[in-house]
Amino acid sequence: MTATTRRHSSLDWGRVWTVARTDLQQLAQARDFWLPMTLLGSFFFVFIPAILLLTITRIGDVQVVDQVADTLAVLPASAQEQIRGDSPEGRTGYALAVFLFAPVAVIVPLTISTAVGAATIVGERERGTGEFLAHSPAAAREIYLGKLLASLLPGYGTVVVGFGLYSILVNLTVGPEVGGWFFPTQQWWVMILWVLPPFLAICLSLVLRLSARVSSTAAAQQASGLISLPLIMVAYSQSTGALFGAGILPVVIGGVAWVLAAFSLTRGVRSVTRSRLLGVGRNM
Amino acid sequence: MPQTQVPTSVTEDGTTTVAELRSVSKRFGDVPALEKFDLVIPKARITVLLGPNGAGKTTAIRLVTGALSPTEGTISVFGTTPDGPDGENVRRRCGVVSAKPSLYDRLSGYDNLRYAAELYGLGPKTAADLRIREAAAQFGIDDALGQEVGGYSTGMKTRLALARAVLHEPELLLLDEPTSGLDPESALAVLAMVREMTATGRTVLMCTHLLAEAEGLADEVVVIQRGTTLVSGNPTDLAHYYWPQPEVTITTSEPGRLADVAALPGVRRVDSVDGGVRLELDAVSRTPEIVRALASSGVPIDSVVPYRPSLEDLYLAVRRDLGSQQDEDGVRPMPTGGQLTTSPPTLVDATVGR
Repeated sequence: MTATTRRHSSLDWGRVWTVARTDLQQLAQARDFWLPMTLLGSFFFVFIPAILLLTITRIGDVQVVDQVADTLAVLPASAQEQIRGDSPEGRTGYALAVFLFAPVAVIVPLTISTAVGAATIVGERERGTGEFLAHSPAAAREIYLGKLLASLLPGYGTVVVGFGLYSILVNLTVGPEVGGWFFPTQQWWVMILWVLPPFLAICLSLVLRLSARVSSTAAAQQASGLISLPLIMVAYSQSTGALFGAGILPVVIGGVAWVLAAFSLTRGVRSVTRSRLLGVGRNM
Repeated sequence: MPQTQVPTSVTEDGTTTVAELRSVSKRFGDVPALEKFDLVIPKARITVLLGPNGAGKTTAIRLVTGALSPTEGTISVFGTTPDGPDGENVRRRCGVVSAKPSLYDRLSGYDNLRYAAELYGLGPKTAADLRIREAAAQFGIDDALGQEVGGYSTGMKTRLALARAVLHEPELLLLDEPTSGLDPESALAVLAMVREMTATGRTVLMCTHLLAEAEGLADEVVVIQRGTTLVSGNPTDLAHYYWPQPEVTITTSEPGRLADVAALPGVRRVDSVDGGVRLELDAVSRTPEIVRALASSGVPIDSVVPYRPSLEDLYLAVRRDLGSQQDEDGVRPMPTGGQLTTSPPTLVDATVGR
């Protein structure tokens, strides 16, 4: 048994979900985690957009409108053509809502998912619960996928809820200025459903690999910041490009991201081993 | 989920075994945890792996379930290799209580058990719930199932860990220092529970460094040191090996009058003990005539008790022999190789012993 050839048995999705659900259940108990993360989501999806959009559309601050209007001049022509509204307030509000808040949809889920993912495997080791998982019948890749889901869902869930609230907010504030409810636009649907998930998956596959190798949660949090920040910037630029671009460009960006995500996830499966759950051996 | 109890292997002497580790080495980088380690776990018995901290007991348990792979050697558990493609089936048939309870503090006791029930595939929720209640009741933890485990005492956590380990009715229970951190009363209760579990035909491998804990519990003893098996066998056979001649302890209110006892027929050795002597005899049938001789010479005898060595005595005898071997050779003996039997006792190093 010194050299073992492992045969891949079929994946038990029930066990994957059990691992994910148990992690989520523990997260739900950790008020010290979810409270700041909820505030973060509220801040980016509700408070900042509400203040800016209300300032422009309701208060009609001419100076602010002029400043933002100047900024709009740098948008690509394809984006400028899509801007609706007759009044300067309406056009400015529309442009802000559709184009300039795109990073919100990227920063929030990546931040939340990274924070969860960084602690997930090393946390099992630190609490000693990795021993239980290592002796359990769950396959290492089932544990990996469970952990991945448990990290992905809080981030993506925040986007779904935040996106819903954001949609209502911009329709209520900017809608009357541009002739009715207009949000989400087609590009936003593509970004939320097609472009964002693979970027989230790429980021998490790297963070989970890290979490399996480092010796403490603190180290995992620090190191994952180094991974997630550049990825946030890439995701930001690509998602903005997806919003500004027309036609097939967003679909292509998303497609490439999905291919990269599939590759990264496949490689990442190997990072979770029973010896790493136990916290023994080399390459921790 | 009840498992079919299938004999997995039969040794040359006809003993059915659940697991066999043969000449197994495990190294973490350059650090050896086990070196040429041998272990046989016979079916429906309690095997106690006895050794000091750092001897490699926990590593042995991890190898049995396939949580770790050996660097060298062969392992067979339920007739298959635990770190191979059938490892899931091996782990399904094992229940483990690790040295730390490995529980999720933020979850309730019920949720901890429910998690295990789902990973071990205990079936529909109602059936699993019933089994969870049964297991919790078995260890007297059912009233606390709704509480967060973080608020449990150490004893409650151990009981919950035991309930979790037997939840899926495993054939092989692996207990790694199960009484660690418990007060004496709770420790005794846990050991009683372990004994009860074998009454239903379950096989137990228990690791401990506490001799008193293994006393009276072990059907088989394996003494391990620095990752190597020093000696293995059942306690009675081991005692016969180290104390081949019968011994009796005689106490008196006047120990000074026992000075000539060594001259009596049948007495091979005399050791002084508190309030008397311990005599090694050539046969136990000599005892009445020795007592008569002492009584006729006016020695007031308080008690005559056959000497039954404890596990502690046994452990010390093994260590003493190793020490004398070390003195002779000038090096610490690290026995290698060896044969595996469960009875009679096996001294892995043929040079060790009397």
